[in-house]
Amino acid sequence: MDSLQQRSSTVQEPPGAAPAHRPTPPPAWQPRTDPAPLLPEAEPLRVLGTEAVADADPALLLRLYAELIRGRRYNTQATALTKQGRLAVYPSTTGQEACEIGAALALEERDWLFPSYRDTLAAVARGLDPVQALTLLRGDWHTGYDPREHRIAPLSTPLATQLPHAVGLAHAARLKGDDVVALAMVGDGGTSEGDFHEALNFAAVWKAPVVFFVQNNGFAISVPLAKQTAAPSLAHKAVGYGMPGRLVDGNDAVAVHQVLTEAVARARRGGGPTLVEAITYRIDAHTNADDATRYRAAGEVETWRAHDPILLLERELTERGLLDEDGRRAAAEAAETMAAELRERMNADPVLDPMDLFSHVYAEQTAQLREQAAQLRAELDAEGEA
Amino acid sequence: MTTATTGTAAARAAGAAGKPKPATMAQALQRAMRDAMAEDPTVHVMGEDVGTLGGVFRVTDGLAKEFGEDRCTDTPLAEAGILGAAVGMAMYGLRPVVEMQFDAFAYPAFEQLLSHVAKMRNRTRGAMPMPIVIRVPYGGGIGGVEHHSDSSEAYYMATPGLHVVTPATVEDAYGLLRAAIASDDPVVFLEPKRLYWSKSDWSPEAPAPVEPIGKAVVRRRGTGATLITYGPSVPVCLEAAEAAQAEGWDLEVIDLRSLVPFDDETVCASVRRTGRAVVVHESTGFAGPGAEIAARVMERCFHHLEAPVLRVAGFDIPYPPPMLERHHLPGVDRVLDAVARLQWEAQS
Ligand SMILES: Cc1ncc(C[n+]2csc(CCOP(=O)(O)OP(=O)(O)O)c2C)c(N)n1
Repeated sequence: MDSLQQRSSTVQEPPGAAPAHRPTPPPAWQPRTDPAPLLPEAEPLRVLGTEAVADADPALLLRLYAELIRGRRYNTQATALTKQGRLAVYPSTTGQEACEIGAALALEERDWLFPSYRDTLAAVARGLDPVQALTLLRGDWHTGYDPREHRIAPLSTPLATQLPHAVGLAHAARLKGDDVVALAMVGDGGTSEGDFHEALNFAAVWKAPVVFFVQNNGFAISVPLAKQTAAPSLAHKAVGYGMPGRLVDGNDAVAVHQVLTEAVARARRGGGPTLVEAITYRIDAHTNADDATRYRAAGEVETWRAHDPILLLERELTERGLLDEDGRRAAAEAAETMAAELRERMNADPVLDPMDLFSHVYAEQTAQLREQAAQLRAELDAEGEA
Repeated sequence: MTTATTGTAAARAAGAAGKPKPATMAQALQRAMRDAMAEDPTVHVMGEDVGTLGGVFRVTDGLAKEFGEDRCTDTPLAEAGILGAAVGMAMYGLRPVVEMQFDAFAYPAFEQLLSHVAKMRNRTRGAMPMPIVIRVPYGGGIGGVEHHSDSSEAYYMATPGLHVVTPATVEDAYGLLRAAIASDDPVVFLEPKRLYWSKSDWSPEAPAPVEPIGKAVVRRRGTGATLITYGPSVPVCLEAAEAAQAEGWDLEVIDLRSLVPFDDETVCASVRRTGRAVVVHESTGFAGPGAEIAARVMERCFHHLEAPVLRVAGFDIPYPPPMLERHHLPGVDRVLDAVARLQWEAQS
């Protein structure tokens, strides 16, 4: 009480100023950050079809094109594999390839990717064996690769839970003096989870070298963005944590790549995290188990087809004379080769050893598990004899 | 809120004339929510995709259309938020029925569940009940990828203040869910997802009378040994009992229906008659539900037992990928092996 009176009495009003009872801010208060530079663009950044595209490196444009074609083919092939029962499930990224690829190609080899369950394509674009990337979805093992070897965390099924991991890894790398950046991918629905909030907050407070990449594809299964958030945009959420928010056209591969490359560079030089929201659309249903006609109109899908990422880039490349019929054919053929190989390898039944169930539960198998393993061994032997 | 079927008495009489049509467990659950919502305006359904889509398993199909989005609400994607909001709604007199989309996606809500839902009545000396139903599709056997097949019942059972129930039949799906919604305490309602499409000639016009939570039921009479089970393992045990018949074993099968409270009376009456018992469930065995059940039976029926109470459970491993799940889930053979081991005197 005493100190309160004392404090208020020390507020000096200049002569002739407003009356002494005029509300003044609490003495300790001062704005920490100017929010203006943190605010996202008024409109999603576009490069294709604008003058800015002139600055883009033709080699990069062609690389992105080849990867988009391959990515689309990967999506259609994996979707076909679910119909043949070769995959338990496949969450397609058809229509979102520019996000998956633009983002993956923004990373250096030493960087880390933290994908969600939908981001198989980003992992493949980063160089992961397409079959290894599908293990989770085929159902033979949860993660088909060594995350350390590829610097790709396991595809995360529980939403947003991988985001704090990305923060922790990036923070650890920085503590060790490595200039490694973590790219953490999440869907629009995932931004509602508490883990999203906690990850962004930690990253900003620690100035961790992380880039948060939200693919806003319009829906979380059936729930449209309007029921997910009342924020002006998902990128706006960044401001509250004290990091910049960026808004980009997620179907413009060049824009996505550019924004992500900038955010990665910023993180690498110690500038802290960025939240990027890409505006895109999920052309296919959520998964093969989903009936999208229950919650969205066909017309909406068609509108987005006209804004297809491949179409946008192809138009640009053709107009600039970088792509002709031969180039298109070459890209399509390369994609077809990848698809044929994927088909063939996925059509072979994986050789599974049920005893693996006990192999990786602990570093050293417990007596309890050895006993259960023996039980299964006996069952399998009996099965074999029968 | 004690007699959950009152409003359907007339309907039952009317429906008795017509032939019951086969209904699935998912439909019976939907019907239970619908009837509860029609009778009581304080009942609210909410969760991810429960509205327009009708839930990923279609269990809430049509509720938003019939009762409006304020009564059947698509929430933002946040389990802690869903359950936390339900706490506040219950504090203000509503009866929320929340859906957790899959077993392993309920974990973000555990803080709310353990710290608030389960404890509110106790913390407030009874002033603030929590009539919340938490519907959780659980268990494996549907070929789901990781995080879609957990059996989390032991976590719930270990938390005082929660009821934990799980139906194994279409009839019980309706009756138990009505009872859960009518309960003035929080109920974790575990829905065996591999039984969602199981059918019965149950008629929504003539639902079986709703019994209060806490009663087990004898699904099959027998004299040789008691199989104590629940949820997805009930059909497995019934099949095992049929198979055992051929080998001269006459097995009794008890469907617990309610894990908390636990029906010691029905279980012990059976074990005292048969002298032998096997607990069967697909969740892991170590510190699993069977550990508690076996201990209770041992404590209460020791002098009647001819053999130790055995457990048949999933292995003590994280839920395996779909291509290997059949090796993990206790099937008929594993149950029969345990029954064979009940010939204790012969062995020792
Ligand atoms: C914690 C958690 N809750 C619920 C789910 C079930 N689920 C899987 S995908 C999905 C929708 C995700 O939407 P979004 O984040 O927008 O990503 P998208 O599928 O559009 O890529 C839901 C609810 C989950 N995987 N994890």
